[in-house]
Amino acid sequence: MINTFVGNLGHLMTIVAFVSALVSAFAYIQYFQANEIDKASWRRFSRISFYIHAVSTALIAFSLFEIIYNHRYEYFYAYSHSSKALPVHYMISSFWEGQEGAFILWAFWNVVLGVILIHTNKFWEAPVMVVFALVQAFLVSMILGVVIGDLKIGSSPFILLRDATQAPIFELNPDFVPEDGTGLNPLLQNIWMVIHPPTLFMGYASTLIPFAFLIGGLVTKRYSEWIRPALPWAIFSAMILGMGIIMGAYWAYVTLNFGGYWNWDPVENAVYVPWLILVAAIHTMITFKKSATALKTSIVLVILSFILVLYATFLVRSGVLGDASVHSFTDLGLSGQLLVYMLFFMVIAIFLAARAWKHIPSSEKEASVYSREFWIFLGAVTLGLMSFQVILPTSIPAWNALVESFGGISNMAPPADQVEFYTKFQLWFAVVIALLTAVGQFFWWQKMDKKALKEALVTPYVISVLLSAGVIVLAKVYDWKYIIIVLAGMFTIVANSVILARLLKKSTFKLAGGSLAHIGLGMILIGIMFSSGYSDVISINMSGLTYSNSWEDEMNKEHVLLWINKPTQMKDYTVIYRGRQKKVVGVPEYVPAKLLESTGNVNEALALADYKDYFKKGDIVKLVLEENDYFKIDYYQNETLKFSLAPMSQFNESMGGLISSPDSKIYLNRDLYTYVAAMNDYADPDWKEDENYEVSPGEQFHIADFVTYFDGAEVLKEIEGYTLQEGDVAVKAKLRVLDYDVEKLLEPTFIIRNNQVGKLPVVDTELGLKVSLENILPEQNKFVFKVNQYQKDYVVMKAIVKPYINVLWIGTIIMLIGFTVAIFRRFDEFAKMRDKGME
Amino acid sequence: MKKGHIIGLGIIAIAIVIIMTSIGDASSYESFNTAWEMKEDGEDKAIHVVGQLKKDGAGQVTGIEVREDKTSFTFMLVDNEGTEQKVFYNEPVPADFQRSEQVVVIGSYRDKDIFVADKILMKCPSKYQETDVQAAGM
Repeated sequence: MINTFVGNLGHLMTIVAFVSALVSAFAYIQYFQANEIDKASWRRFSRISFYIHAVSTALIAFSLFEIIYNHRYEYFYAYSHSSKALPVHYMISSFWEGQEGAFILWAFWNVVLGVILIHTNKFWEAPVMVVFALVQAFLVSMILGVVIGDLKIGSSPFILLRDATQAPIFELNPDFVPEDGTGLNPLLQNIWMVIHPPTLFMGYASTLIPFAFLIGGLVTKRYSEWIRPALPWAIFSAMILGMGIIMGAYWAYVTLNFGGYWNWDPVENAVYVPWLILVAAIHTMITFKKSATALKTSIVLVILSFILVLYATFLVRSGVLGDASVHSFTDLGLSGQLLVYMLFFMVIAIFLAARAWKHIPSSEKEASVYSREFWIFLGAVTLGLMSFQVILPTSIPAWNALVESFGGISNMAPPADQVEFYTKFQLWFAVVIALLTAVGQFFWWQKMDKKALKEALVTPYVISVLLSAGVIVLAKVYDWKYIIIVLAGMFTIVANSVILARLLKKSTFKLAGGSLAHIGLGMILIGIMFSSGYSDVISINMSGLTYSNSWEDEMNKEHVLLWINKPTQMKDYTVIYRGRQKKVVGVPEYVPAKLLESTGNVNEALALADYKDYFKKGDIVKLVLEENDYFKIDYYQNETLKFSLAPMSQFNESMGGLISSPDSKIYLNRDLYTYVAAMNDYADPDWKEDENYEVSPGEQFHIADFVTYFDGAEVLKEIEGYTLQEGDVAVKAKLRVLDYDVEKLLEPTFIIRNNQVGKLPVVDTELGLKVSLENILPEQNKFVFKVNQYQKDYVVMKAIVKPYINVLWIGTIIMLIGFTVAIFRRFDEFAKMRDKGME
Repeated sequence: MKKGHIIGLGIIAIAIVIIMTSIGDASSYESFNTAWEMKEDGEDKAIHVVGQLKKDGAGQVTGIEVREDKTSFTFMLVDNEGTEQKVFYNEPVPADFQRSEQVVVIGSYRDKDIFVADKILMKCPSKYQETDVQAAGM
């Protein structure tokens, strides 16, 4: 039966949310303009309308999740984003796999933040909430799903499958409900994908807060007072957005086979740029609080950070990136709407800022080289140039689309080697930033002149040079570029540690945010240099064998072919591929796939043999995501097994094709990162022609390349899955096939009933063999075996050593802690002023 | 105001360098014909060619030859002008390669017979366009 109630509820709530957003925008404008007598009632009305909006937005989210959670495949969204086999935490990922769900998530965070702002602000409530409510109206309109003539507003996630597709089945039976959905993209079936999108969208949502305070400030002519309440939120936003970016990078590292954590893909760039601008904005805002300069720069940067978030959304979700990105969303017909959304706020912000420009206080006096303002300003400029360098080439597809929309032709394409292109700029900018943070911090905490600066810097300088020398010698960093990076990173770490130590001695931990964040930055820089600059592909062909004897051999082969059971040399390791494995519920280790046979039910298998104490032959076991194969790769050093890795691949028919995920061996000082790039497909083998062998019991012979022993035969009393009748003769031959250090027992069976011969061949998918007992020649004491070959099981693997990647991860954590400390300090300052009745 | 001017000029100079290199390093979308002309003119820059895999009469992808060590392969790509070209890719066959509707190869000609791709982008049938409900449902 089709359940239309939930969908209708969701749709109704979407309309309620849209209308109530507009109503609360209107009401807050009235509240803001009302005289003292009407103020209280307008405030009550505005709040009630925003709360109605909040509840309806929450109900939209609830309805969509209900549809996914209860497997309501009559809805297009559930059908195309989830399946019955998904555990609950991945259903959460299904929620935001589609764009509509992502917009709901974004709107939901805005509501949460809006409610917090209502309760933490007095004066600023009205102007800030006007901006909030307008943004919400735009966001909810993305999922409105209203069609007026040719104009389509929003794409609703609550449409039924039968309305979304023209499948012929619905003409026969309009109430048809598919048994199962098409599933969640396997790449998203990862715990980081459960928490990365909400974090990132929280980051997106929170960039609105400083922007809203700024707009409020411009409208109320409080050109500088908006900074105080906006600052803690700007830092919060940078912290959450940064965390979202890092989680995304980590997800890419553990799930995707890009070979790294950052690929300079347009989608990554689109979030990196607003983050840089936001960080620059924080710095100029802090400067303003201390010395009343850089207000205009702060205003420009805050506007820019919010508009860039909208621009990023536009790039990623309008389909304009098309074939420039590996993971952009397809066009849902929302590009026009997204563009209007961005332009609306851009025009308003530019208009208000321009109108207020000449009233905005700015200091006429030139900042001295020995002032903190000067150094912070340089830092902000560098961050701005960094962003510019990334956003310009990332926008090439948008530029092409723009030219084409005016009838022109533009065939510009993004740089062919993105990693190299961006790195050559970003690296040096990052070095400049690192040096600026080190020097800038000293200016920050004390008055400086030439002499004081020298005294302050000489100790950290000497220490960092000594430490760098140690690192350079021990880790063998001999490239001059990398030596500079180590020096710059180390200088930041040491200089900021000195400041940190002083702060902790003199005052409280509350002030330590800046120096902590900068220490994190230094570590990130060094970690990136090592893990990327010195990443070492060890899966190269070391056999000396060449295959084609042409120019192709000159190209570096960065993959290695591993036949099952065959030891292959790979740098310091000897690796052996040992076959496929599955994950079974209740078994802590991987189980060889050959012990399991699918029962045809979802995530269920029949055990073909006993496995340790976990299950017995004939048991029905539950699998964790049955499509997942884990390839067991053993690593040996000096003939002893050191460890095993199990890179994963998933074959998902309805999603089309294979997806592979890496597995890494994590050491303190390096990661060994491996993934499977290609594998054998033995589902439908193309058997080669028959080969016949006549052998006597006890004899040794060769099947293909395998040494095989025919140990004899026995007459069977019973055969599994087959009822023997009176007078039947069943004979089982015992063949022992040797493949390197593995011995396999193949037992083809031969049955005679009423002079009719039946054969039960055995198939070994790992060896790629099918063997049947064809005939028995008693007078010659010989058995005839028929053998068909396919090919041995194999995987093609890539393995990369990434040194000191942990320095990068630890650096990011320290940086995030630094941000968090700063949030508390700045919020404290704001709360004190507010409680004095100043704000 | 001297220092401010110097900084201003510095910013403008760096911005110009960024713009110039962005334009200089930007690749371009070409057809195989124009790509070959570029190669003959001595231009070795990696370019983008958009096309589709060659298919036989029955709609099956043909022309994929995997090397013996399975770490590289060649395939036939038909660009948007209909030119057929053998392309070499020094990586194993990507998993959903044969299903892709559109393939973008980034690379350059080695000689007239072979185009060497440094990178391949694939556009696979989007889930949003999936209309084949029956097969999954019954």
